[in-house]
Amino acid sequence: MERLVLIGNGMAGIGCLEQILRHQRKFAITVFGDEPHVNYNRILLSSVLAGEKCADDIVMNDLEWYRRHGITLRVGVRIISIDKENRTVTGDDGSVTPFDKLIIATGSTPLIPPIEGTQRDGVFVFRTLDDTRSLLERSGVGVKAAVIGGGLLGLEAARGLQVQGCDVTVIHLMPNLMERQLDSTGSALLRSQMERMGVNVLLSRSTTGILGNGRVEGVGFEDGSSIDADLVVIAAGIRPNAQLARDAGLQVNRGIVVDDWMETSHPGIYAVGECTEHRGICYGLVAPLLEQGKALAAAITGNVVPGFESAVPASKLKIMGVEVFSAGSWDEGAIGGEAIRFEDPALGLYRKLVIRQNRLAGFILVGDTSDSARYLDMLRSQRDLTDTRRHLLFPPPAQDDGLAVAEMPESHTVCGCMGVSKGAILEAIRENGVCTLAQLKDVTRASTGCGSCTDTCRALLKAAAPEFAEETARVLCSCVPFPQEQIREMVRSQKLRSVQDVLDIYGNGVGCEICKPALSYIVDVVWCGDHEEDRSARFINDRVHANIQKDGTFSVVPRMRGGVTSPDELRRIADVAEKYNVRMVKVTGSQRLDLLGVKKADLPKIWADLGMPSGQAYTKGVRMVKTCVGTDFCRFGVQDSTSAGIELERRLENLYTPHKVKMGAVGCPRNCAEATVKDIGLVGQEGSWQLVVGGAAGKKVRKADVLTTVETTDEALEAACLFFQYYREQANYLERTYDFVERVGIEKVRRDTIYASEEARHGLLDRLAKAKALSSDPWLERNQPRTRTQFVQILPMEMVTQ
Amino acid sequence: MNTSHSWTRITYAEDIPLREGRAVEIDGREIALFNLGDRFLALENRCPHRGGPLADGIISGCTVVCPLHAWKVDLEEGFVFKPERACVATYPVRIDDGIISIQVRECERGNAPLMPAECTSGGVALATESVAG
Repeated sequence: MERLVLIGNGMAGIGCLEQILRHQRKFAITVFGDEPHVNYNRILLSSVLAGEKCADDIVMNDLEWYRRHGITLRVGVRIISIDKENRTVTGDDGSVTPFDKLIIATGSTPLIPPIEGTQRDGVFVFRTLDDTRSLLERSGVGVKAAVIGGGLLGLEAARGLQVQGCDVTVIHLMPNLMERQLDSTGSALLRSQMERMGVNVLLSRSTTGILGNGRVEGVGFEDGSSIDADLVVIAAGIRPNAQLARDAGLQVNRGIVVDDWMETSHPGIYAVGECTEHRGICYGLVAPLLEQGKALAAAITGNVVPGFESAVPASKLKIMGVEVFSAGSWDEGAIGGEAIRFEDPALGLYRKLVIRQNRLAGFILVGDTSDSARYLDMLRSQRDLTDTRRHLLFPPPAQDDGLAVAEMPESHTVCGCMGVSKGAILEAIRENGVCTLAQLKDVTRASTGCGSCTDTCRALLKAAAPEFAEETARVLCSCVPFPQEQIREMVRSQKLRSVQDVLDIYGNGVGCEICKPALSYIVDVVWCGDHEEDRSARFINDRVHANIQKDGTFSVVPRMRGGVTSPDELRRIADVAEKYNVRMVKVTGSQRLDLLGVKKADLPKIWADLGMPSGQAYTKGVRMVKTCVGTDFCRFGVQDSTSAGIELERRLENLYTPHKVKMGAVGCPRNCAEATVKDIGLVGQEGSWQLVVGGAAGKKVRKADVLTTVETTDEALEAACLFFQYYREQANYLERTYDFVERVGIEKVRRDTIYASEEARHGLLDRLAKAKALSSDPWLERNQPRTRTQFVQILPMEMVTQ
Repeated sequence: MNTSHSWTRITYAEDIPLREGRAVEIDGREIALFNLGDRFLALENRCPHRGGPLADGIISGCTVVCPLHAWKVDLEEGFVFKPERACVATYPVRIDDGIISIQVRECERGNAPLMPAECTSGGVALATESVAG
């Protein structure tokens, strides 16, 4: 068997190896990687820095993959020389490895500009997983970070650091950010988006030195000015790692010179990726590098295929909420083309298409890159756009959802990063029975790169997979146009702790009566109550903890856990009703008493006189647990539903939920307290409890689904808590449990709660416990109002006549 | 009785929390005072729909959303965006030394440009019988 050695364990090298493994010819393969890791997705390092992903999430080939393919993996070994005549490579551990075929995939290294002080402690580059980890270690709240370089990598690093709490300044030599990808309009928009997120941007600044005494203290500029900095990230470009090849006597210009099949000047020695120079171009983006890998794989295994010719330059900025995509020749002036533009600065949207001779020459998308695949296809195919020109910027609404993918040729590349065509996806659906996005990723690797083709993949699955279930992805509202699931993820990963932060960064900065309460809830649940509560974003009921009535007065419902009260409580309620001229005292459907027609200013006094906690009958939160008399008095009761109900109410009260949560506990299947039509119900049986969820007896009547049957009350309460927290975390705001359970499916609810791993169950219970610990009876605000005027009607100070 | 030039000193600016409203009674008139961050605005505290307390509404940009049926009232001009054409009276506001004053003029009119004909002399537009969401 021929011996194949690969120097470089990164995306280009391993991507090429994956292609080689698809061909028949067998090699004994050895891979050297100087980083101590398996192959990971370098593109997503910025997501790791931004906290959106963890290191494990970006592993592309685990150890099992190397083992399965019989590949000898030597991580942490750097190859220091190649002997092209004797065909061996020598490692820095002294090892000498012979080869028949060699692939050099050494990638590139960050370019360090010739400025003072780059050796100081606190100066970083942003290239590897270890760099990312070091940056994460040093970053933190209040740390001043300076990023030198306002290109793709610099901006992604800046945003990541800012999410980690750093006070970040981007320093760019040029007058425009990402000037190689954007025109001045797009660049200005990008700048304002970055600044809106809280990243400072300094343009046209030439850095002369990194200041400090041993440790970084600041950055100095040519004009004599300087800024303070605790850490500095240099992201000023990359340089191909070609020294090894140069020393070996291979032909090297800027990169290692290769032909269309990626063979170097020496037969049997190939190179792929960022270290190469092909027809004078050094590529730095993943898609062309994987194309190179395909050509190399075919050639090295003795297959005759067309070689790698050239690739359309395309780049994407991956900052959540600041989408930028740029491809081809977008400067109409430089190429003698015409530009078609759309700009909406308020929404942060910009798109420009540059047309030359009725063909797309290049384009820029800022703010919304969902059409990037469509334009990229036009760019690559160079098809004539005369007929479709009217609809270039905004296509007419498709007659059917499947049209866009039906129109796509099978050869069309859906995933540019991994080079997966529509045909390959259809084949995976047909041959491998793929019907979910996760399976598709697994089988084809589509959508595992930058992720921008996810929508297209989903559309293909929807069109072709028989059992594809569409995930609902309705946006919250036009102020924050994202699905709630995505907003929760943004809030979590971007560490947004207030409604206004979410609106400022991902929305229109204003918000409305629809999104503000929803965001209030989302921020509360993501941070388990440890957030910046903004009462102005809450409905009036949640500002004054009472239910507003049609005449502007309020109703007051004290908590009566399990519907059990006492003569003393009843006496106080009666006294309050008389003292404050309560217009009506009403027994509610929830086994409680409602005092109606109360003035806002009287609320704190009434609460004090009642001396009972809030029943929260006014909020999207835990209402009550309705109970029957259970075993205490009932002749038929087989479980102590009264005690169980009271305990359940105690455990969950004072917490916000996506919509109101009404519960019930009954001591026997006669169901006197109607537990089977409650959001959560405990149904007592001889020797066990049935825990039911998703019941309804409102606008909709629905019998609850059985979540589980357990023997003890403790187990029943735990199951109820698991479901409760799961609903809190996964449901959309204003989605009742019965809609939630139907949408998700009770089987999945069971899998994710009672049948989930111990770790997952503990996670749910721990987060619930944290939120519970931070919650309190809102009526205590009578003693410590949020503001001096929370409940009072303001009286004018005086009248002044001029 | 107020003359057309009288300003009433109401309260300290910090008593109206950011992006919230508070009700104040002047001469039997209930006025809602709002803090928009960069300015304060005042209008009659009565939604033209069913008389809901606008001071208790959620602020959305330069509008307030009535807490009863979500009618949207413009805070500068007093007109209702939707679902019905109507308007409420607005009042000039000024801040001196951190104290908010409101000018209550005789015979307030809603100065809505959209449908002044529908405004009554009391400044309250005729409520229609349609039920709003």
